[in-house]
Amino acid sequence: MAGYTPATGDEQAEMLDAIGIDSIDELFAQVPADIRLNRPLDLEDGMSESEVYRFLAGLADTNLDAERIPSFLGAGMYDHYVPAIVDAIIGRSEFLTPYTPYQPEGSQGGLQVMFDFQTAMSEITGLPVSNAGLYEGPSAAASAAYLAMGQTGRTGLVTSRGLHPHSRETLATHAVGFGATLTEVGLDGGLTSGEELEAAVTEDTAAVFLQNPNFLGAVEDITALGEAVKAKGALLVVQVDPMTLGILRPPGECGADIAYGEGQPLGNRLDFGGPSFGFFCAKEEYLRKMPGRIAGETTDVDGRRGFVLTLQTREQHIRREKATSNICTAQALNSLAGMIHLAWLGKEGFVELGELMARRTAYARRLIGGLDGFELLHDAPVVREFAVRSDRPVEELLPLGDESDGPAPKLPVYPLGRDYPEYEDCFLVAITENRSVDEIGWLAHMLEHAQAGWGEHIHDHDEAGEPVANDHDGAVTGAVK
Amino acid sequence: MSTPTLTETPQQAEQPATIYEKSVPGRRAAQLPPLGDGVAEIPLEELIPANLLREKPAGLPEVSEPEIIRHYNRLSRRNFDLDTGFYPLGSCTMKYNPRLNERVAALPGHAKLHPATDPADAQGALQLMYLLQESLAEITGLPTVSLQPSAGSQGELAGLLLTRAYHADQGRNPGKVLTPDTAHGTNPASVTMAGYEVVKVATNEKGGVDVADLKSKIDDDVACLMLTNPNTLGVFDENIAEMAGLVHEAGGLLYYDGANLNAIMGQARPGDMGFDIVHVNLHKSFSQPHGGGGPGAGPIAVSERVEPFIPRPQVVRMEEGDDVFFDLDFDRPKSIGRLRGFQGNFGVFVRSLAYILSLGGDGLTEASRLAVLNANYLKKRLSDGRAGRYLPVAFDRHCMHEFVLSGAPMKKDLGIKTLDLAKRLLDFGFHPPTVYFPLLVDEALMIEPVETEAKEHLDAFADAIEKILEEAETDPGIAQNAPYTTPVRRLDEVGATRNPRIRHA
Repeated sequence: MAGYTPATGDEQAEMLDAIGIDSIDELFAQVPADIRLNRPLDLEDGMSESEVYRFLAGLADTNLDAERIPSFLGAGMYDHYVPAIVDAIIGRSEFLTPYTPYQPEGSQGGLQVMFDFQTAMSEITGLPVSNAGLYEGPSAAASAAYLAMGQTGRTGLVTSRGLHPHSRETLATHAVGFGATLTEVGLDGGLTSGEELEAAVTEDTAAVFLQNPNFLGAVEDITALGEAVKAKGALLVVQVDPMTLGILRPPGECGADIAYGEGQPLGNRLDFGGPSFGFFCAKEEYLRKMPGRIAGETTDVDGRRGFVLTLQTREQHIRREKATSNICTAQALNSLAGMIHLAWLGKEGFVELGELMARRTAYARRLIGGLDGFELLHDAPVVREFAVRSDRPVEELLPLGDESDGPAPKLPVYPLGRDYPEYEDCFLVAITENRSVDEIGWLAHMLEHAQAGWGEHIHDHDEAGEPVANDHDGAVTGAVK
Repeated sequence: MSTPTLTETPQQAEQPATIYEKSVPGRRAAQLPPLGDGVAEIPLEELIPANLLREKPAGLPEVSEPEIIRHYNRLSRRNFDLDTGFYPLGSCTMKYNPRLNERVAALPGHAKLHPATDPADAQGALQLMYLLQESLAEITGLPTVSLQPSAGSQGELAGLLLTRAYHADQGRNPGKVLTPDTAHGTNPASVTMAGYEVVKVATNEKGGVDVADLKSKIDDDVACLMLTNPNTLGVFDENIAEMAGLVHEAGGLLYYDGANLNAIMGQARPGDMGFDIVHVNLHKSFSQPHGGGGPGAGPIAVSERVEPFIPRPQVVRMEEGDDVFFDLDFDRPKSIGRLRGFQGNFGVFVRSLAYILSLGGDGLTEASRLAVLNANYLKKRLSDGRAGRYLPVAFDRHCMHEFVLSGAPMKKDLGIKTLDLAKRLLDFGFHPPTVYFPLLVDEALMIEPVETEAKEHLDAFADAIEKILEEAETDPGIAQNAPYTTPVRRLDEVGATRNPRIRHA
């Protein structure tokens, strides 16, 4: 048992003696007998460090992670390359182990990281105000709704069907508590329908939620859609993929009142969905209504530059039931990882990565959209993710093999059917700088095989475009490590 | 360090520049992979209409990799951290963060697993989540656990939305939530966000809920009573069973804020006390590092009657013959829905399960016992000498894992406030306790020493307080102007709020 507890028997006796009691049990006498657990917890006994490691490494080994198969999964979280310096910095005790910086004189490092981060998020979103981070993407949508309702005194929330399904469902969950009503606007050719949007926004609309690029990967014309929103005095709220902002017009330049999003692509591991961070940026006028922590610059008694948590009267520990948010512990370490990644990419690299994704994605989209039995779901512009329609049902398409000898690993693409019954025959393909041309070729190859049926013999094409005979088994097992 | 340093330290002399001020045009760190054979360098405007493209690059810094490392390493040295020194922050459970947990969380099978991976290819991850659900169910004494909430406050909001769904399912819509005046600030904030009205309940002379006041406020409009037990005064409320009966009788539910669970693991369980919904802070009792303010996780455990409403998806274990399969169950028609994306903070689950497996049932029980022993020992040490005179315990009885002192006599007799004492502690190499909370104790200091601290650190902390009080007897100015040795000295927080500068201009 590794209890990480230093107190020896002798020391415990000494401490009991100082307190003036005979046993620790006396301290628990204040817990009434009838609600005591008078038996040991029904859990295994503690294990040695090496045993715990082996057990959990064994579980990890059964997962088909992005190092074992080229992953084309996206839907908000992406397999980007996280530079080594991120691990080196966030692993330092000084960042890993403190609490929220309530004592600024002893927390200048963490506070300045927040300040660096706020600046970076303001720069990439084109909005002047940023907080130090929220939990993650979809719950940041709920924070935006709360702000918009407080600001406008209205209760209507309008969402595009192109908004991430997790964000829409999270908004629906919170709407019950907020007393909000939700209206959804459909898609047309992969893009939010301007007509439907105009009809849906009314004098009761607090905010309109769009996503860019939207869930189907399509780049929306936020400025044009925003006109109908502004006309009715509602807030324009845009969920953005931060990694596309190197090349896409930032929400702040498209008239957005609030931009938020999932921060995972910036410096954070996939981690099966978390922890990552959410970001939340807004126009100046919402500064005092922002959710979450905000670091501000100030000076100490001797005139030195320093940083503090500021505008704390917004927050739960001061304002209690009148707070702008209930958030306390958020995702400081994850925001730091995001900041380091952004600094590493830098002004030029951030643009280059966007360009690289757009070009490789264009390549992959043309390749896969041209395969027999597949077509593009829409032809709207995309940056890093696109939607494909398949002749064969998607669930039949995914197993990498005919499954006659048991379940085969699944092709890592995102089936749209659960979230969009109308796109039951469609899936999403996501591209990052980690997905090489060879891997894109492998994906196309697997899709071709799957479409034809695993028993069928199909022809591959060699470099000169000539068909060559192919045996699929080697290709499948070759890619899955 | 017993006397103030009046000469500026090298760290203080260093003016901290932001990463943007270190930017030099043309410098860079990242080298991206080539586009790849056959991928054309198409102009962007041919892929995306020009009016949807960014015109000017975002103002990110231009820095080399060595400069990034140096910048953030130097910043790190401007933080006080748990690995370096005692951190007795009340209600935050600053216990040691085992490095094994970091190692297992970083394994590619965990860290590089995409959340939308087909469950058949993520069996290890789902089994891990299932094991954690089962462990937390046993520890809290409630049958079902949802791991989804991202932190304690999201767990609270989830619990209140569950409360709403539970009542709505019975055709009811009560509007009030009762919370004691000692509650954490997140409690009332969550209540408002869930659309309920906060009704405060008074505290009795022993530090527990004033049952008479509670009774007077219970009617059929009460949706829920939110409690922390032991509460923020470090006191176990012995009337809990009676209160549970009263609230249940009126049709309400009981919510347990698990921030203080570290006091009672293996000793008593919220489920056995009558609570219907419990949130657990994995970053407190279950050793997830606090990270300077996150990440954490706030799983909720619920009773049978609340189970139909828990967030979806839920990790479930299926058996077919000899085959066991773990799956994500989305088919939960009464569910309140999602609180966030995907399945929750999985990386935190890995660390907390590693911790639970390391300690085992016996070790968790021992951890709580030693946390309570440490707290009572430190409380005893601080009841002697000057601390006993100037910093009396708010409710003088055996405490659980934390206790609250009042700095009121210190303020009156020595002219130094709790804030001054806190700042002076930084000069002695200690992180201050939680200050000015709970609100009902004048000049409060809330101290939680945790089980992973050795006796000599508790003694040294008590000695430091004694010394600070002693020096204040002769010169209160020392504490009033503290700290002296930190990278910056006392900061102008009022000015920061009045004239907010929240980014590099």
